[in-house]
Amino acid sequence: MSNRTVLFDKHVEAGAKMVDFHGWEMPINYGSQIEEHHAVRQDAGMFDVSHMTIVDIKGADAKVFLQKLVTNDVAKLQVAGKALYTGMLNEEGGVIDDLIIYHFDETFYRMVVNSATRVKDLEWINKQAATFNVTVTEQPDYAMIAVQGPNSKEKVATIISAEQQALVEGMKPFFGVQAGDLFIATTGYTGETGYEIILPPEQAADFWQQLIDAGVQPAGLGARDTLRLEAGMNLYGLDMDESVSPLAANMAWTISWEPAERNFIGRDALVKLKEQGSDKLVGLVMEQKGVLRSGLKVITDAGEGVITSGTFSPTLGFSVAMARVPKGAELGSTVQVEMRKKLVDVKVVKAGFVRNGKSVL
Amino acid sequence: MSTIPSDLKYASSHEWVRNEGNGVVTVGITEHAQGLLGDMVFVDLPDVGDEFAAGDDCAVAESVKAASDIYAPVAGEVVAVNEELEDSPENVNSDPYGDGWLFKLKLEDASELDDLLDDGGYADSIDED
Repeated sequence: MSNRTVLFDKHVEAGAKMVDFHGWEMPINYGSQIEEHHAVRQDAGMFDVSHMTIVDIKGADAKVFLQKLVTNDVAKLQVAGKALYTGMLNEEGGVIDDLIIYHFDETFYRMVVNSATRVKDLEWINKQAATFNVTVTEQPDYAMIAVQGPNSKEKVATIISAEQQALVEGMKPFFGVQAGDLFIATTGYTGETGYEIILPPEQAADFWQQLIDAGVQPAGLGARDTLRLEAGMNLYGLDMDESVSPLAANMAWTISWEPAERNFIGRDALVKLKEQGSDKLVGLVMEQKGVLRSGLKVITDAGEGVITSGTFSPTLGFSVAMARVPKGAELGSTVQVEMRKKLVDVKVVKAGFVRNGKSVL
Repeated sequence: MSTIPSDLKYASSHEWVRNEGNGVVTVGITEHAQGLLGDMVFVDLPDVGDEFAAGDDCAVAESVKAASDIYAPVAGEVVAVNEELEDSPENVNSDPYGDGWLFKLKLEDASELDDLLDDGGYADSIDED
């Protein structure tokens, strides 16, 4: 039995092609994935991300619990509304999920986790929470809309109240604020400026329509994937999973090693993996015809690797990919990918190809 | 429901064939096929002069979603390819039976056309997909 978000009818109305996405009927595109991609890079687009899982952590131990649960340190969150990207690991140092944590105060945090991993995430979080004075509450009813692109904020400004606008005006990246019924955050998954907005389900369809009327282009999961890949952002299940450590998934920056006594889950395993030396996640660029796809073998002087996700980059006009390769494979070097029985030269770069509408290659 | 013109012949592998007379046919992929593939980003076409047997893979349509082989619906020699697709692969999406044509074959055996599906037969075949 598949789930539908409260915006299902709006998607159908807009001509969406609906597909199954881990048990959710979601729009893959509304006609052209590439046009939706360009809308986000050049103007403003929006995604229904209501399928994502919101989990509120409340209680006297909320802070110490999260300091145990995730690799990044929520003690960094000093200001109300500040958000943090982090991994949640198992004892072996593998990534159970990647998530964003918003800080309201030291007894109230909000996590947004992947819907594809919802069941195991909730099981894991509840299991770990047993010995802490916290409550773990899923908020399944909220709708969530990501409005992204260079003109997204000014378009949102035309449909929210002056009071709400005053609260978000000038808000730095990775912050969130409760503005009336809307929780508005300066987060996203596209490499563009914009908001992710959590709102009551009964208001979602009207809000979506107002965004359309303000000139925001609905965009589907197809464009969401090409945008995040161009931005060098990981997708759980492809670029990392429970068998992969954050060290091998370009997530080392989300590990807070200090203070040394903070014993987050997976820390011991990570220390060992770090000593042994780990594979790394890099970017690949192929300027000739063809499209790099996940699963393709990468051949480097330092050994073999694999493409974890690949696509045609609509912004660049050629194919880019993320690949897990041996530590010794150097940035700037040329390696080979086995495609359709042929070996093709590709260039190794840092994962991350486009930011704010422009190539960073 | 996608468009399936009645004046064309079809292969169950989603190519269409238009008989141009003079023993030459034009080949493309159907509207249904382009819909399944999504936005086209590259089309790798054969060279003029290449010869294929019916069923040979002879081109690759690469979309945002996947790379798909395109098969010669009938045997023949390639006499023209749609060079416009080099710069405008999206023509395969926007006009699959027109500007999105792929290549033209000089038929080896015109009777092979009789082995292809008509519009009704193709419609039935995609219903079963």
